[in-house]
Amino acid sequence: MPAKTYVQATINGEHVDFLAEPRQSLLECLRDEIGLTGSKEGCNDGNCGACTVVFDGRIVTACLVLGVEAEGKEVTTIEGIAEGSTLHPIQQAFLENAALQCGICTPGFIVASKALLDQNPDPTEHEIRFWLANNLCRCTGYDKIIRAVQDAAVKMQEA
Amino acid sequence: MKWIDYAAPNSVREAVDLLNEAGDRARIMAGGTDLLVQLRAGAHDLDLVVDGKGIPELNELTYDPVNGLTIGAAVACYKIYGNASVRQAYPGLIDTASLIGGTQIQGRASLGGNLCNAAPSGDSIPAMIALKGVAHIAGPDGTRDVPVEEFCTFVRQTVLKRGEILVSLKFPAPVANSGAHYLRFIPRNEMDIAVAGAGVSVVLDNGNIKEARVALAAVAPTPLFVAEAGAAISGKPATEDTIRIASGIARDAAKPITDMRGTIEYRKHLCEVLTRRALTTAIERAKENS
Amino acid sequence: MATTKQFEPNMVLSNQEYDVVGTRPIRPDGADKVTGRALYGADFDTAGLLHGKMLRSPHAHARIRSIDTSKAEALPGVQAVVTHKDFPQDEGAGGVQWSRDNMLASGKALYKGHAIAAVAASSPHVAEEAVGLIEVDYEVLPSTTTVLDAMRDDAPILHDSLVTDELGEKTGKVSNIAQHFQHVKGDLAKGFEAAEVVVEREFHTKTVHQGYIEPQNATALWNNDGRLHIWTSTQGSFGVRDNCAKMLGLPVSQIRVVPMEIGGGFGGKIDVYLEPVAALLSRETGTPVKLVMSRADVFEGTGPTPGSYAKVKMGATRDGKIVAAHAYLAMEAGAFPGSPVSAGAMCVLASYDIDNVLIDGYDVVVNKPKTAAYRAPGAPNAAFASEQVVDELARELGMDPIELRLKNAAKEGTVRADGPSFPRIGCVEVLEAMREHPHYSAPIEGPNRGRGVAIGFWFNIGMRSACNITVNSDGTINLTEGSTDIGGSRASIAMQAAEVLTIPAEDVRPTVVDTDSVGYTMLTGGSRTTFATGWAAYEAAQDVRRKMIERVAGIWGIEPDSVELEHGVFLHRPAQVGSAPRQELLTPETRSAFGRYVPPGEEGAFDRPQSEAEPELQMTFKELAGQLGSTGGGVSGTADVNPAGVGGSFAGNIVDVEIDPETGKIQILRFTAFQDAGKAIHPSYVEGQMQGGSVQGIGWAINEEYYMNADGRMDNTSLLDYRMPTSLDIPMIDTVIIEVANPGHPFGVRGVGEANIIPPTPAIANAVHDATGTRFNELPINPGVVTKAILAKK
Repeated sequence: MPAKTYVQATINGEHVDFLAEPRQSLLECLRDEIGLTGSKEGCNDGNCGACTVVFDGRIVTACLVLGVEAEGKEVTTIEGIAEGSTLHPIQQAFLENAALQCGICTPGFIVASKALLDQNPDPTEHEIRFWLANNLCRCTGYDKIIRAVQDAAVKMQEA
Repeated sequence: MKWIDYAAPNSVREAVDLLNEAGDRARIMAGGTDLLVQLRAGAHDLDLVVDGKGIPELNELTYDPVNGLTIGAAVACYKIYGNASVRQAYPGLIDTASLIGGTQIQGRASLGGNLCNAAPSGDSIPAMIALKGVAHIAGPDGTRDVPVEEFCTFVRQTVLKRGEILVSLKFPAPVANSGAHYLRFIPRNEMDIAVAGAGVSVVLDNGNIKEARVALAAVAPTPLFVAEAGAAISGKPATEDTIRIASGIARDAAKPITDMRGTIEYRKHLCEVLTRRALTTAIERAKENS
Repeated sequence: MATTKQFEPNMVLSNQEYDVVGTRPIRPDGADKVTGRALYGADFDTAGLLHGKMLRSPHAHARIRSIDTSKAEALPGVQAVVTHKDFPQDEGAGGVQWSRDNMLASGKALYKGHAIAAVAASSPHVAEEAVGLIEVDYEVLPSTTTVLDAMRDDAPILHDSLVTDELGEKTGKVSNIAQHFQHVKGDLAKGFEAAEVVVEREFHTKTVHQGYIEPQNATALWNNDGRLHIWTSTQGSFGVRDNCAKMLGLPVSQIRVVPMEIGGGFGGKIDVYLEPVAALLSRETGTPVKLVMSRADVFEGTGPTPGSYAKVKMGATRDGKIVAAHAYLAMEAGAFPGSPVSAGAMCVLASYDIDNVLIDGYDVVVNKPKTAAYRAPGAPNAAFASEQVVDELARELGMDPIELRLKNAAKEGTVRADGPSFPRIGCVEVLEAMREHPHYSAPIEGPNRGRGVAIGFWFNIGMRSACNITVNSDGTINLTEGSTDIGGSRASIAMQAAEVLTIPAEDVRPTVVDTDSVGYTMLTGGSRTTFATGWAAYEAAQDVRRKMIERVAGIWGIEPDSVELEHGVFLHRPAQVGSAPRQELLTPETRSAFGRYVPPGEEGAFDRPQSEAEPELQMTFKELAGQLGSTGGGVSGTADVNPAGVGGSFAGNIVDVEIDPETGKIQILRFTAFQDAGKAIHPSYVEGQMQGGSVQGIGWAINEEYYMNADGRMDNTSLLDYRMPTSLDIPMIDTVIIEVANPGHPFGVRGVGEANIIPPTPAIANAVHDATGTRFNELPINPGVVTKAILAKK
């Protein structure tokens, strides 16, 4: 039996270590080895964005990163977005704007939206839609998601 | 996926040695956005994946107005368009780096990887051909340079020999009165593989086209450098009639197939439209760039 | 035409105001869903879990000569391999036998992706490797993958036992045509004789998929006591229980289904695709076994909606009265009979009052996955045809397309061709709202632009639901129900209970529970959940209300029928008789921005006239709740309902498009969705249904299709090439909720989930025709097709 690889990474600000077969994606490792099931698998080939995480400072689809590549890196998942027991303004905005129906795409959208607003605090509607084009939603038709991001942008700038 | 081993060398030498030893049982990986999908689909039978992202030369991103631009083979697209001086000097390259996949894909995918994947539809390749990109290769026998238009030899096949890796892509410094643009057609507004794509560049001289380059995506087994299109308009005034000469040659040169993304007729038609529109934009950019 | 209404974005045209119903509280499961804590089926984990994978047929049609699983069984880490022989082997075709056949093929592979065998192993990767080691000897057969091809006399036959049911008679003819039925009203020939303008057109649609982002999943544990436990993302846990019972030969009481959160369904997660197989594997291994589909499996191994052929002919007199209509609908059922052609036939001409109608429906099997419901199944295919013919008719008559529809609109009393007569419906109101909306009169500026309209009807269903409510000592209530929450229904159900008990929505704790814990509840689908499970919540809350009133009456020593419950307070009203709630008309000033109930005395509270009540005989709901334990015990309410008063819903679209004439690309410039909701319990989630269905319709119209190659296989089995709209492809979707109360529901609710997907494909086709002059009679209207038509015109 070939040996697994021992990996140490910083996940949501915490030091985490886990064992991974090289063929396991970061998404599989997060979900199956570390127990962070908030990132979801929708397609396993980078086309739906449901597994969006921040990896080494940039949003990526975790299904296209190998778990072993996380060695020494920083990862932020949906579980790391809330500030303790206080929801992040983006999370709150999604709730207030009814920007989720089944909720399966919501973790990916929230991580991706936060990455947008962190670098572009006042995006236009087009900029929001362009940034989020790698995240698919089948329930909402996107309207309320875009409004939630716009709402969060306003609230975050006021804060 | 079947079991694979993973290696993360820190030098070009180490990577070359690993790949030379394993031959076709190993492949190098940059962003992984093509390779991992292919591995899961069983398109390759590998024992080893060699991660190139730890090699300094593959991460280089340097530009100066004399020597031009060097992009390491593993540099992710977002770093390219995130670099202000590269953005300013190579809009034709930024076009393609900002439309491959979507935001998350661009967080990993690299132009080098796009080139080595050698898909007929590789969006970066016509843009790099138009900008006279050169592939800098290292292998067991040393280094060599290959113009991008000669790099892909067939669908998913390249000039790389056993043990060779693409180290970086080099682009000459932009000259005055030059402009470039990559334009593709996709059915949605993002995410799709190109049905057809046109990467063009022009150098103007007093309202005439001094030099032009046209390359096409998704209409031949490899991205297609249509040298005759550029040659035919060299010396002619930069007008719509001239543009249509080049776009007509581009359409005629295209050798597409019919598949789930488009028919032969539609793709050839698009080659003319996209080449024409891309040249129009490239000329506008060239006029702004005097 | 002067606008009499002032339209704002996302309007609700409401006729009746309530305290809680109609407001927009935050959904009760919200915190879990935005933090990643909510557990969906694939997130489920438990001790000893094994992972399963299916072997699927690479051929569209093949006889299975033999299956050799020995190499797979020998792979280290593999603990079980099952095939069809592991099911109970009953005799006879049809029914449960066909269900088992679809689960694991016996004898024949009927579509590419048809499951043949399944493996349970220590990891998904080992299971996948094991699947690759199973050897199947196939005899490849010719296949047929489109409806018209499959209907030919010389088409390859899928089932030797399938004979056509021709207008109710079994013909004895072995065929791929499972059924031909008709609906007849009036005299079609006479009707067309009287027509002065006649339009007849043919239409073709391709297979499309519901496209839920979450692939199917199921975990099963066949426990040592013989009880089977299933954790799954499903639209109907009781349906899963029933299906597994039938297929596995178990009594329903032996099965417990635990509904996990579900990542989208749209009808595609009603049937079972994994649960019985997971159960068989678990029976072998003695451990829990989890199966999760890949995206390619989802496309090839679940239930898309049919490709179809339609021919619609309509005749009208010059004054615009439609006097005759014939709709011929043939739909692909996939590998086993049961396409939604019957539902399509119910809806195809339902929006219009036409005296002479003939509808022909054909259910046809083809070598594709067995079709399943997709949001108003069958109706979008039909409307793509009929609403374009109506558009053509309007042009021939020189009439405005909305005016033509209004002139012929179905009303209360209109008799449909399939028999029922409409109760109070909102077809006219939807059309009037469309006509008066600023979108309809906004000028269309610029070349290559056009506008289209269309409407559609969905009948909605009622059926059985159950609900239990318990009062907590702090005045909140626990509500348990069995409707899996796909779109925010927990909130709508909770709000109806809150309305009855005159407590805030936030004081209701709704939970979706398993099949052991609540009465029989039908699927979350058919636009029934807010209607029927909401009704169960309403009745259970009425049960609680009665019991609370009895309790407080007992405390006060008076008769219960002189006690009222108003705005959270029990009051003694000696002159009042009966316990029906008094619905006060509240103004916006008496509610806070989120519609929260404001207790008396606080700022913003409704000022109740005090003079009629005896001041000392008042108790708040919270106070009484705190006293229940010491005054006789807790109070719970329960209800099992099967409500009859279902109200259908009409939906309409106005859409503006722009075409790039050189590439054929269609951009949606502006989209307004109209729908009669009866009563929008939670308007944000009604808007969400309208926006979601509209965007699915947009994808269906311009890009989505199963691209089948010459071997009958789908080429585009990924979300890269099965192109669903991204956020960049869509504008904001403006919504107008019309409320024509359904007289059959206490709050007037009409289901809203489905009708909204019906008008987009014809509305867009009509808009593209307006922009280009070309009628597109095939879906999808993709750029290649548009360019071809534009060039051909030149």
